Amino acid sequence: MLQKRVIVCLDVRDGKTTKGVRFEGNVDIGDPVEMARACYEQGVDELVFYDITASAEGRGIMIEVVRRVAEQIFIPFCVGGGIATTDDMRAVLLAGAEKVSVNSQAVRNPRIIREGARRFGNQAIVLGMDALADRRMPSGYRVVINGGRVQTDLDALEWAREAERLGAGEIVVNSIDADGTRDGYELEVTRVIATGVGVPVVASGGAGVPGHLVEVFTRGAADAALVASMVHYGEYTVDDIKKVVADAGIPVRRQGARPEAGPV
Amino acid sequence: MKTLVVDYQAGNLRSVETALRHIGASHEITDDPVRLARAERIIFPGVGDAAHAMRLLAERGIDRVMRERHAAGIPILGICLGCQIVLEATEEGGAACLGLVPGTARRFPSECGKVPHMGWNTVRSREDHWLFRGVPAESSFYFVHSYYPAPESEEDAIAWCDYGIEFAAAVERGSLVATQFHPEKSGEAGLQLLRTFVEAG
Repeated sequence: MLQKRVIVCLDVRDGKTTKGVRFEGNVDIGDPVEMARACYEQGVDELVFYDITASAEGRGIMIEVVRRVAEQIFIPFCVGGGIATTDDMRAVLLAGAEKVSVNSQAVRNPRIIREGARRFGNQAIVLGMDALADRRMPSGYRVVINGGRVQTDLDALEWAREAERLGAGEIVVNSIDADGTRDGYELEVTRVIATGVGVPVVASGGAGVPGHLVEVFTRGAADAALVASMVHYGEYTVDDIKKVVADAGIPVRRQGARPEAGPV
Repeated sequence: MKTLVVDYQAGNLRSVETALRHIGASHEITDDPVRLARAERIIFPGVGDAAHAMRLLAERGIDRVMRERHAAGIPILGICLGCQIVLEATEEGGAACLGLVPGTARRFPSECGKVPHMGWNTVRSREDHWLFRGVPAESSFYFVHSYYPAPESEEDAIAWCDYGIEFAAAVERGSLVATQFHPEKSGEAGLQLLRTFVEAG
């Protein structure tokens, strides 16, 4: 039986894992390659690296991070952030990533999804989507871009379907309402998208305890779930989370290289 | 003994290469049919469109070399698309394939679930099969595919996976083994399988 995936997300700036802290900007919390390795040993199913570097110099550092990760972990991983052209996609895929994720850039230029899918296959192209609850929209959710700062006219479900039609092989639904709250995923938007498209949907934003993943895999109908701060500070290991999910009767892979491995 | 990895521009070979380097396997990536014709061990990966892949293989004359190496009894490991185009045919674009294993690659019916079948799924291998030596029973492997291998003879299946229907997750015919999953992306279980293949024979 196909298992629900637990995916760890790492934000990377200038080659360091970083975390946005309210009123303080970003704080570096570690080496992404080391953190990726720890997650791998704990049995994470997949990893996502978001490059939040703005400079061209930082882009080069990110490619080097991707290359080092690929040499040490033997599971799929995705790279997002600042991907604007199919040449940007090619650079991270050649460095060893399986997938690239596009978000605001795809809203501005949807053709990048089609061109990327033609060139690298649908399985390599992930649409990241930030959704905000809005009762005026047909699905109840509006697509926002630039990290939630800019509203678009797009309905979340319609955009997800359009991205699938253009060739996206997977969709990450990040709830701006839930993001950073640690109160749980936004189950409704996850369910609306996950049951409305034919490609896998990854829930993102709001995970605080392992039970939140149980909810989003059942009531939210998600195929996979992103976690970040839950594991970044060693509060939970990936295996702690998976144990709770497995105990709830949800199929999940329980075989890390060293499932008992310590904190990320 | 060096393993030659067939590069016919169908997909990114970097993950196969890093995995082989990690397990310390001597290897070389090549698209040269002359080199491949002398290969003593071959890994045959691939992602993407089957008809396109078959065209690329034919253009380089690698299709003929693969048939010849298989007939010569050289160990070959097909991966993903390389597990489908070793069959006789595929429903993807109706392409004729290499014909090393009797059978067809079939598309998952939509009742099975979302297509592609993407993620980790449990693989049940034939008891005591050499390729799965050292791999814990019921291990999970990473899959990304819309078509699945349907060998004509159940004898040619060496592992099975359930995605709404039970399909062959790995096949074997003579010196050829092929996995529909990606051992190079399946964590320690996958690395163990690769190690077993490159050390076999």
